[in-house]
Amino acid sequence: MKIIITAASPNIDSEVDPRFGRGAYFLVVDPDTLEWQAHPNPGVGAPGGAGTLAAQFVANQHAEAVISGDFGPNAYGALQAAGVAMYLFGTNTTVREAIERFKAGQLEHVGAPTGPGRHPRG
Amino acid sequence: MKITIASGKGGTGKTMIATSLTLSLAAELTPPPLFLDCDVEAPNAHLFLKPTFEQRQDVGILIPRVDEAKCTHCGKCAEVCQYHAIAVLGIKTLVLPQLCHGCGSCTALCPEAAIREIPDRMGVIERGPAAAGISFARGVLDVGEPMAVPVIRQLKKWAVPQPGQVVVRDAPPGTSCPVVEAMRGADYVVLVTEPTPFGLHDLRLAVQVARELNIPVGVIINRDGSGDAGVDEFCAAVGLPVLMRVPFERAIAEGVAQGKNLVEIHPEYAAHFRQIFNQITTALS
Repeated sequence: MKIIITAASPNIDSEVDPRFGRGAYFLVVDPDTLEWQAHPNPGVGAPGGAGTLAAQFVANQHAEAVISGDFGPNAYGALQAAGVAMYLFGTNTTVREAIERFKAGQLEHVGAPTGPGRHPRG
Repeated sequence: MKITIASGKGGTGKTMIATSLTLSLAAELTPPPLFLDCDVEAPNAHLFLKPTFEQRQDVGILIPRVDEAKCTHCGKCAEVCQYHAIAVLGIKTLVLPQLCHGCGSCTALCPEAAIREIPDRMGVIERGPAAAGISFARGVLDVGEPMAVPVIRQLKKWAVPQPGQVVVRDAPPGTSCPVVEAMRGADYVVLVTEPTPFGLHDLRLAVQVARELNIPVGVIINRDGSGDAGVDEFCAAVGLPVLMRVPFERAIAEGVAQGKNLVEIHPEYAAHFRQIFNQITTALS
């Protein structure tokens, strides 16, 4: 299994980055072995559509689930279309802790966008 | 001759100046000028020039529609989209219309020709005769639509001047894309400002935009006498002509609040506006 979590720095003991589209890094993690790989977010400096771009990255990685702090309408729509489950990291601070809570089934599943979009065309 | 009236800061008197200039020229020029209200998010020049709209047209952009039967999910469209308005998610290609700028890259570059374009309405453009024989046209962006540029661009394309007809464009406030579009193609930009630190701050930005577009600039100082000398010092330092000063005066504020133009409040300004126009014409020739 492969899950993706937004991280402030490129390692598993990093704090979770609460932003999905604008998070600094994506950590691709196998929750069973805790093997991980860090990728810089390609959309961190995008003028708009960062959520879509981030969702595209997640889909290309064939991840089954993604953990972050916030999913706007574009990210939510794209991740849902890709069949990727979305979870909020809640009160955990590090990627490692968030993954433990995910494995324990303690993270909140996201069933709707968690906030408004920020960068419409214009 | 195309003149764009812009400002940077909002509320400095762009529309008052643009409509007063147009009315002053209408009395002298044949044909009278064509006026374009390019402030499509909040057009209000009609309050001064009282047009009768006779023609109306929907405007918008073309957005992609993907034929899933032909799509191989190769991802080329998502790769070329500058705005991330299209995403290929496994076996589904998703279009996000609210991010699309209608550039057409995805359609042009799809190797399977699986994308066609459908119109997405963003607003309306309208035109008709106004006071003093002026030809008036404006764009109105639909509520909730975030992108003004396509409406302004299509307004400019649709409301074309007759041979020799002067065009006056009233720009939106600010210095972002809609203002660039309202300036683009103009022969001269008049920046209306007020003598305050805020007016000066935005004037500097607006001058940079016009210079980037290689369009000569002149300044009109409105509410002259109300602030400080910063705007004057800036204009002198960078060599910008101050074309006119409109004093900070209660009679003008009251008249504008009643829907009157500067040339209706103080008819002597008409000659001044015509003189500015001649000054601009001379400067350009």
